[in-house]
Amino acid sequence: MTYFRKKIYATAGFNTVSLGTGRKEFHPKKPRPGIEHYIKEAGLGSINQIQNPENIDEGVIGNFMAARFCNQGNLGGFFPMVHPTFQYKPCIRVEGACDSGGLALATAIKTILADMADVVMCIGVEVQNSVKAIYGADYLAGADWFSGNRKKGHVYFFPDLFSRRAGACYEKFGNEKVREGMAHWYVNAIENARKNPDAQEYHNKNSDLLATGMTSPNPKAFCEHINVFDCSKVSDGGSALIFASEEGLKKIGVELKDAVEVISYAQVQDNLTTPPPDLTKLSTCAVAAKRAYDRAEIKSSDLSVLDVHDCFTIAGLLAVEAAGVAGYGEGADFITDGNTKSDGIIPTNTTGGLVGYGHPTGASGVRQAIDVVKQLLGKAGDCQVKISPDKPFGMMSSMGGNDKTVVAMIFRKE
Amino acid sequence: MTLDERLQNVTIIGAAGKMGSGIAVLVAQEMSKLKLKPENKDKIYRLNLVDITEKALDGLRSYMKVQLVKAAEKSTVLLRQIYVDRKDLIENGEIINAFVDDTYALLNFTTDYNIAKDSHLVFEAIFENEEIKIKVLKQLKEICLPDALFLTNTSSIPISYLDEQAGLGGRIVGYHFYNPPVIQKLVEIIYADNTTEELKEIGLEFGKRLRKKLVPAADISGFIGNGHFSRDGLYAMNKVEELKDEYGYHGALYIMNKVSQDFLVRPMGIFQLIDYVGLDVFQSLLRVMRTHLKLEHLNSDQLNRFMDKKITGGQNPNGSQKDGFIKYEKNRPAGVYNIEEGKYRMFDEDWRAEIDKKLNPTNEKFAPWRALLMDGKKMEKLETHFNNLKGMDTYGSTLALDFLKTTKEIGENLVKNGVANSEKEVNEVLMNGFFWLYGPIHNFI
Ligand SMILES: NC(=O)c1ccc[n+]([C@@H]2O[C@H](COP(=O)([O-])OP(=O)(O)OC[C@H]3O[C@@H](n4cnc5c(N)ncnc54)[C@H](O)[C@@H]3O)[C@@H](O)[C@H]2O)c1
Repeated sequence: MTYFRKKIYATAGFNTVSLGTGRKEFHPKKPRPGIEHYIKEAGLGSINQIQNPENIDEGVIGNFMAARFCNQGNLGGFFPMVHPTFQYKPCIRVEGACDSGGLALATAIKTILADMADVVMCIGVEVQNSVKAIYGADYLAGADWFSGNRKKGHVYFFPDLFSRRAGACYEKFGNEKVREGMAHWYVNAIENARKNPDAQEYHNKNSDLLATGMTSPNPKAFCEHINVFDCSKVSDGGSALIFASEEGLKKIGVELKDAVEVISYAQVQDNLTTPPPDLTKLSTCAVAAKRAYDRAEIKSSDLSVLDVHDCFTIAGLLAVEAAGVAGYGEGADFITDGNTKSDGIIPTNTTGGLVGYGHPTGASGVRQAIDVVKQLLGKAGDCQVKISPDKPFGMMSSMGGNDKTVVAMIFRKE
Repeated sequence: MTLDERLQNVTIIGAAGKMGSGIAVLVAQEMSKLKLKPENKDKIYRLNLVDITEKALDGLRSYMKVQLVKAAEKSTVLLRQIYVDRKDLIENGEIINAFVDDTYALLNFTTDYNIAKDSHLVFEAIFENEEIKIKVLKQLKEICLPDALFLTNTSSIPISYLDEQAGLGGRIVGYHFYNPPVIQKLVEIIYADNTTEELKEIGLEFGKRLRKKLVPAADISGFIGNGHFSRDGLYAMNKVEELKDEYGYHGALYIMNKVSQDFLVRPMGIFQLIDYVGLDVFQSLLRVMRTHLKLEHLNSDQLNRFMDKKITGGQNPNGSQKDGFIKYEKNRPAGVYNIEEGKYRMFDEDWRAEIDKKLNPTNEKFAPWRALLMDGKKMEKLETHFNNLKGMDTYGSTLALDFLKTTKEIGENLVKNGVANSEKEVNEVLMNGFFWLYGPIHNFI
């Protein structure tokens, strides 16, 4: 018995380069591609992997804050730009902060389940380098309850929220252990990113990553409990993935072997105006993961690959706990012991994650799904990990705000 | 009078210059932070920015806006605390703008010295010209309050001399910022024979507040920084005279520039540095030192010949580098001047390969300054590098080791002659003010 009333497949994923500091081609003062470029590049990258793009029925665009970063609304209007046959087809833009991409995935699937479409192209996109990080911090603060919390918040609003989580974890589980776990998360992120030519940290040549990860926080300039390396990057990028029914796959000329089945997802919303119940847990992520597992009728130990939303290293650490692969309070040791590495028990964020690949916010959820799909298809290039036949499952979990908006999705390779 | 009280009314003379404008940004922020304290809200704060032309002041107005924004962007953590009670200011952008506006509101831009009449603190940053500096200081003495304190940015003129000539009775101190003052952490502080205790304390306290590294230097023309730089530059110029017969003027210049940059692992070659500072500034530095120290050898015919040809280096108004000893394309060295031929010889001509071969026949690769800058093991690596040079016995290594030795002697003489209290000060100035990776007084040789 499956959770969905019909089979849903994902195929033809494409990520652009995540552009920002760290990339050789990035110059803060030189002109850069705009948001429409990334939508088109990602869309075309996906289309190039299918036979009949004219049979794509609809588009969904996930984006968080183009209205502020790029003064751009009405993003659906860029969908027909991707391919001439998209003219006059439906397209909807969805927003759920950094989980906008996750919501785009869910929306695409719902449309197919509702029999309104056989093929939906899902595009996630964000362009954030248009302003300095100090101003971008305010835009990103829109992912929290702005009128209630921004004024009393820190200059770097979101880094501070997660710095507090780190502080709470230091207190509860021991400073050294947690700090080390976070540093190892950083190391793994960069090491994986070095295998991914699209990653923002692909060019990273640092020979002592652990020392960098352990850099002491500087509260005068930044946050109390985390350093800048604990943060994901400011990024421009786009990702596109096609969802289709069985019928839809045929229509676009994709064989089953080139697609991965989506077997469940959970979309969970917490109240934006209430503080997190426990700073040492990602409670909403945990609910989403549990529902996704239940609906898929699998356990966390059935996963061969996992992609979580490490907007900060501490978020990565708490996310593996929320995903159930490590117990509560055990995330740090789990990571330090190498269990999330590509040859570990549960390869996690195998292409760099938000810390290593980059975090074009609205694109991240789509990017995560794409990278899980590629792993299951054996198409992950240098990032490929072992997918054992008895564990043909992968999960992505994408989070918006401070554990407020979450989509967890499970894929299976038959 | 406390520093806080003195910071209520301050004047900067020469405020539109390279140094004056930077000092203005620093002082303005400190004054603004004071003004924004709740207990000071009814007090009046004024920073008077004085220069000679309205045009210069227009330039200063835009510079101040841009720099105050940059500075506010860097101190937003603090600014959010300062504006915590302003419910209308929520975003970083709003807070940054408020601080810039509040700070800008303290500024008077004028060409009229009389504005300084209520100032308790005066920064002087006009041209490095004794007569003008003395004239201006005398004028200000008449205009300002009788207890006004003067901080001069002179790079080379003895402070006691200025004190005496202007009749300030010890109300002056040397406060030698480095360029650009907003970024450079170093300030050399120089007491005149009669500098008052109060002024000494104010100088130290203000430095601390600006989070500058204050290094004391004796009141001897050139002080530590330029005392070293002038002699280091002269050595290179004299060496060029020696080498020119064999390699031509251009070749000799090229050699000494390259040796100082690549072999001595400095941020830029010695001639590029003089170009950056300006040949005119360097010439006047030598003149001041020559006069006050009565040392005739502090002079360079070669430099004077460049100046006669109006080749001055320094920067264009847009910040780009002007040609000097070296020709620049997109701010990068692209050729060197041959004073005999009266033209630049470009790097892409074939003379260069030959010299490179002669300097470094085995084409040894040296880690450049930038690569070692953030390297935790840079001292070990430098030691290996210099030991390497000692073992090489090539033309380049010999020149480099001679230069290294001379540089060290210059530093040691600064201590011997009482300009610096100890080796530590010499090394601190060269490392902080000139961005050297190592102080000139070291054990490499
Ligand atoms: N440029 C450097 O690297 C550097 C470093 C340290 C110290 N200094 C010293 O700082 C001082 C200023 O140097 P700078 O490089 O800023 O020079 P600058 O030429 O950039 O600026 C001098 C300014 O003083 C103004 N000025 C000249 N005469 C004046 C007068 N009578 N009244 C009011 N304003 C007058 C000029 O219009 C000009 O704006 C000098 O004493 C110099 O030796 C310079």
